[in-house]
Amino acid sequence: MSRIAGVFAALRQEGRGALIPFVEAYDPDRETSLMLLNGMAENGADIIEIGMPFTDPMADGPTIQAAGRRGLLAGATLKGVLGLVHEFRRQNRHTPLVLMGYLNPICAYGVKAFCEDASAAGVDGLIIVDLPPEEADLVLPDANANGLDIIRLIAPTTCDVRLKQVLEGSSGFVYYVSITGITGTRTASAADLARDIPRIRAATDLPIAVGFGVRTPDQAATVVAHADAAIVASVLIETLCKESPEAVIRDVRALAEGVKAVSKAA
Amino acid sequence: MNDHTPNSLRSWPDARGRFGEFGGRYVAETLMPLILELETAYRAAKADPAFQAELDYYLKHYVGRPSALWHAQRLSEHLGGAKIYFKREELNHTGAHKINNCIGQILLAKRMGKTRIIAETGAGQHGVATATVCALFNLPCTIYMGAVDVERQKPNVFRMKLLGAEVIPVSSGAATLKDAMNDALRDWVANVHDTFYIIGTAAGPHPYPELVRDFQCIIGNEAREQLMEAEGRLPDVAIAAVGGGSNAIGLFHTFLDEASVRLIGVEAAGKGMHTSEHAASLNMGRPGVLHGNRTYLLQDDDGQILEAHSISAGLDYPGIGPEHSWLHDIKRVEYVGITDDEALEAFQLCSRLEGIIPALECAHAIAHLVKLAPTLGKDKLILLNLSGRGDKDIFTVAKHLGTMI
Ligand SMILES: Cc1ncc(COP(=O)(O)O)c(C=O)c1O
Repeated sequence: MSRIAGVFAALRQEGRGALIPFVEAYDPDRETSLMLLNGMAENGADIIEIGMPFTDPMADGPTIQAAGRRGLLAGATLKGVLGLVHEFRRQNRHTPLVLMGYLNPICAYGVKAFCEDASAAGVDGLIIVDLPPEEADLVLPDANANGLDIIRLIAPTTCDVRLKQVLEGSSGFVYYVSITGITGTRTASAADLARDIPRIRAATDLPIAVGFGVRTPDQAATVVAHADAAIVASVLIETLCKESPEAVIRDVRALAEGVKAVSKAA
Repeated sequence: MNDHTPNSLRSWPDARGRFGEFGGRYVAETLMPLILELETAYRAAKADPAFQAELDYYLKHYVGRPSALWHAQRLSEHLGGAKIYFKREELNHTGAHKINNCIGQILLAKRMGKTRIIAETGAGQHGVATATVCALFNLPCTIYMGAVDVERQKPNVFRMKLLGAEVIPVSSGAATLKDAMNDALRDWVANVHDTFYIIGTAAGPHPYPELVRDFQCIIGNEAREQLMEAEGRLPDVAIAAVGGGSNAIGLFHTFLDEASVRLIGVEAAGKGMHTSEHAASLNMGRPGVLHGNRTYLLQDDDGQILEAHSISAGLDYPGIGPEHSWLHDIKRVEYVGITDDEALEAFQLCSRLEGIIPALECAHAIAHLVKLAPTLGKDKLILLNLSGRGDKDIFTVAKHLGTMI
């Protein structure tokens, strides 16, 4: 069983949903990212998503764009991100790590080499924003060969026919982009989720994570009442900018409490 | 007007939207259904004589087509070699080739029931053309433009506003065309239900490179016919500037299968192709993925996109349309570079000799023509796409010449 599947199976036993906080690698520097990864893992993060900085993050709002720019200024490269994962893994073997990013840096690295090195470093899954199922054959064979889950985005615009196609070749979990929009802008309501999640549930046994616009412990709780995991990104980056890494960990703890307060049928 | 004979270079893209290994659809899932919907709608429109008739109507009565083919006598004499013809796209309404595509896309948007238009712009020519058709068809229009370009193309910013468009300056990244395109794509993701994105060049995810090309092919189709009438034969050389590549592919496409016609695309070499400040994606870049397609890009070793540089805002882009990447790889089209300084020289030369102030974009093509024409015999014919007029550039040029206006 993959590390991601293991975590979701255990949480199902516990009868609760998962919290997936986000760290943009090297924002504002490597040490902070490492500290955040360790701190999040120790304070309620069930899985951690790591953003790989890219100059042209098409699907990201101003907050993550700025975080990526700071990461690049601090010298982030894919090699550096994998080094960060490697270092985290020396102390933590259990928290799954998912890399989120865009295709071009992966192509520049070499898809095969990247999948091999990511797997060796201890990465569990990949979210490649600009790689729809239509183009997935570019990465899928190497990801599969190296035991990396390919986590696909599903959007409100994804119709039922397309849903099947998106789910084919998906593994780990599916990432429901709960709004039509970029990261960190709007928030889906409980009514939206009650309408949308059953549609996806009917099409897959994979756990469903919801992201884009989840900000507060209450919202995270609402998300896991309907889905299996809440992904929280922009608000944590804002806290990092305005306050401190310690404040981010404080917020992760509060989000985790929000998630844990919702009990789900096992 | 694709030619579907098996060995034709004019039959691309394939079903996956690829020109050889280039092109494709590398977009976020939120946009994917829209892009598929657009493709279906475009196929239907292309097959519908009523759509073609409507397009023809606007191109004739509103844009003012066919555009003239001009024998550039004084320039030909001055250079002392080949006989030079200009395809005068600068005479179109709004002053550039961009409107050919905008009319096509807005008719498509209407057919699809879309009620809001967005676009990106570099030089502002595409922005002006988009704002123009939006005024004509009474649709709200939002234009994304790099903050640097807003500064260096002020007259066009004012024009867009006069036409009723909202112009949003984009200050992320290098604050030029690439960044404007990022923000236009972000707007589209957030407003998929009612918004149509009029992409201004033959790039972006499939089907844009194909449909923009198809709407621009009228340039080459007309020029070919006009030259047949004037000279009774095809040109020996066809030249155009390449930013994203729409005016160039529009000129070249009809000649792709004519082996006797040498095709030359002119990239912006900025301060020199071997400096770090240029926009020569084909000559100096590597294949990668940006803005929905696989194509040649200016990028560093880690796959981060580099900032392009050109004196001409319309060429200041680190990518290129995928069909050009393919034509470059199969060596059907030669791609050369022209520097800012060479373009400035050509800008002045054309103004003085022909009484035509060219856009800085096509001044790059003219600069290459200045090098090439003298090396060819007087019996040779060169066809150059004069893609736009230079009124928008007079402030930039004046500044470079040390004059304040
Ligand atoms: C007059 C003119 N020519 C050429 C270009 C370059 O674009 P493309 O390569 O798509 O023709 C532009 C772009 O703004 C333009 O305004």
